[in-house]
Amino acid sequence: MSGAAPFGPGAARTGAMAGDEAAIRARFGLGWPGFRLDVDLALPGRGVIALFGHSGSGKTTLLRCLAGLERAADGYLAVRGELWQDEAQRLFVPTHRRPLGYVFQEASLFAHLTVRRNLEFGLKRVPAASRRIPLDQAIALLGIEPLLDRMPGRLSGGERQRVAIARALATSPRLLLMDEPLAALDVKRKQEILPYLERLHAELDIPVVYVSHAPEEVARLADHVVLLADGRALAVGPIGEVMARLDLPFAHDEDAFVVIDARVAAHDEAYALTRLEFAGLPLWITGLDMPLASRVRARVLARDVSLALTERHDSSILNVLPARVVSLDEADPGRTLVRLDVAGTALLARITRRSAAQLGIVPGRDVYAQVKGVALLR
Amino acid sequence: MITAADLAAIRLTLELAAVTTAALLVVGTPVAWWLARTRSAWKGVVGAVVALPLVLPPTVIGFYLLVALGPHGPVGQLTQALGLGLLPFTFAGLVVGSVFYSLPFVVQPLQNAFEAIGERPLEVAATLRAGAIDTFFSVVLPLARPGFVTATILGFAHTVGEFGVVLMIGGNIPDKTRVVSVQIYDHVEALEYAEAHWLSAGMLVFSFVVLLALYGRKKEMVR
Repeated sequence: MSGAAPFGPGAARTGAMAGDEAAIRARFGLGWPGFRLDVDLALPGRGVIALFGHSGSGKTTLLRCLAGLERAADGYLAVRGELWQDEAQRLFVPTHRRPLGYVFQEASLFAHLTVRRNLEFGLKRVPAASRRIPLDQAIALLGIEPLLDRMPGRLSGGERQRVAIARALATSPRLLLMDEPLAALDVKRKQEILPYLERLHAELDIPVVYVSHAPEEVARLADHVVLLADGRALAVGPIGEVMARLDLPFAHDEDAFVVIDARVAAHDEAYALTRLEFAGLPLWITGLDMPLASRVRARVLARDVSLALTERHDSSILNVLPARVVSLDEADPGRTLVRLDVAGTALLARITRRSAAQLGIVPGRDVYAQVKGVALLR
Repeated sequence: MITAADLAAIRLTLELAAVTTAALLVVGTPVAWWLARTRSAWKGVVGAVVALPLVLPPTVIGFYLLVALGPHGPVGQLTQALGLGLLPFTFAGLVVGSVFYSLPFVVQPLQNAFEAIGERPLEVAATLRAGAIDTFFSVVLPLARPGFVTATILGFAHTVGEFGVVLMIGGNIPDKTRVVSVQIYDHVEALEYAEAHWLSAGMLVFSFVVLLALYGRKKEMVR
C-alpha cells in the first residue's frame, strides 16, 4: 500500500524516516458510510506535527486512531520503538496502557475533582519509574499555580485548556496528541495559550501531533505537516516545504505564505531593525526585543515577494535575496505563482503573468527575490 | 394508638425496604450501565421489561412471581433443589418480589445519570491511564452520584409503599410478611379507623418528607 500513498515529492524524505527508531509509523484503514480514512504515514518522532485539513477530512479520526480511542480494522502503529497496534498479529494496546497524553477540543476536566486532583489523576496512575516530568514543572509551564484549589466549573475556557494540557503532561507521555485545543476559544484566549504551547515545544522533548484547521496556528506551531482531505494524506513533509508546494491548495490561497526558521543575528539600534539569519542569508525585520541567537519563525506572504533580474540597490526594499526559480503555476490567467529556492529554503512569489513573461521567468533561472514584508510568527 | 403489632409492621417494612434497596443497587447498576451504553438490539426489549412494573397491576407481578416461585414453578423447583425451600410467604420471597416491583425506580435514574455522563469522561480517563473498572469507580460513580441518591430514595420509598405484590406472594404473616400497608388494610377491615389513621398519616408524612428531600435537593443540584 505504501507505494500507492499519495506522498508526492516529500516521499523520499518521509521514506527515509521509516527506519528511524525514534519515528512514528502509522497505517490506518477504517470507515463508515460516507467516510473512509486510509493513511500510511511515516512521521518524525520529534517536534510538532500538524494534522491539517477541512472539517470532515479525517484529522480527528486519525488522532483517535493514534490514541487507540478508535480501532482501525486495518491498522499498524509503532511509536518511538514501541508497537501499539498491529492487526496483522491482532495486537492492540488499549488506550489506558499507551504512554500518551491527549488534549480534547472542549473542556474535559473531571467536574467532581479540583484542579489539583485533576492533575494528579493521571500522574498517580503512572509508575514512579516512568515519571519524567515533575508535576511542579507541568504546573509552572502552563502557569496554573493560582488555580490548583479551584473546581473546573469556576475556570475560564482558556484556564481549563491549560489545566488539561498540564494534566496530560504530568503523565510524562511519550507522545502528546492535541485535538484543536484552541478551537473552542476566542481570539484573546488563543493568544493566551499559544505562548504556553510554544514553551512546551521548546522545553520538552515530546513529539506533539496537533490537529488544526487554522493555517496561522499551523504556521506558528508546526514543524511538520500532514495535509488531509477526504480521509487521505495529500502531502506529508516539513512545514516550509508543504506550504510552498504549488500542487497543493496552500500555495493558491490569497494569503499564501511560507515560513522561514531563522535566528536573531544582530540588532540595529539606530534604525530599530533586527537582522535575522537563515541559511547564511540576512533577513531584516522590524526591531525585536529578543536576545541574539534566539530561534524565531518568520512568515513571508507570496504577494509580498517580487522578482528582479539584477540585485537592485535603488529601491526601498530591504530584503533582496538571491534565488533560483524552481517551478511556475499559471492556473490563474492574470497571475503567476513562482516557487523559488533560496539557499535550500522555499519561497513563493506571486507576480503578474505579464511580468513573468517580460522577465523571462522560467524554471532554473537565477533571480533576486525582493521581500516587502516579513512577519514574526514566534 | 400505635400497637405492638403496628410497631412490628413498621420495623419489618423498614427492614424490607433497606434490604431491597441494597439488592436493587447491586442488580440495577449493571443493568442501567448496560442500558446506557449498549448498541445492542436487545436494549429496547430489556428496557421495556424493566419498565413493566410501572404499568402492570401489582397483582399481575405478584401472581406470576407466586407461580414461578411456587412448588411447581421453575424458580421454586430450583430453590428446592438447592435446599433453600420455597420463597413465597417468606421475607426472602418479599425481597425478590420487591426487587422486581421497584426495579424501574432504581434503573431509570441510574440509566439517565450514566447517559448524561456521556462517552467523553470515559475517554479522558483512558488517556490518563485508567482502565475500565478503575474508571467506573473513580469517574463514573462520583459523576453519577445524584443519580444514585435519587435511585436509592425512590427505590426505598417505593418499596415502603408497595401492597399488591406483598399481599400476593407474602400473604399476611405477623413479623414475617406483614408490612405497614397490609397492617393498614387489616385495621380498616376490622373497622379500627383510629389505628388505620395513625399508620396512614405516618406513611403520608414519610412519603412527603422523602419527596420533599428529593425535589428540594434537585433544585440545589441544578445550580
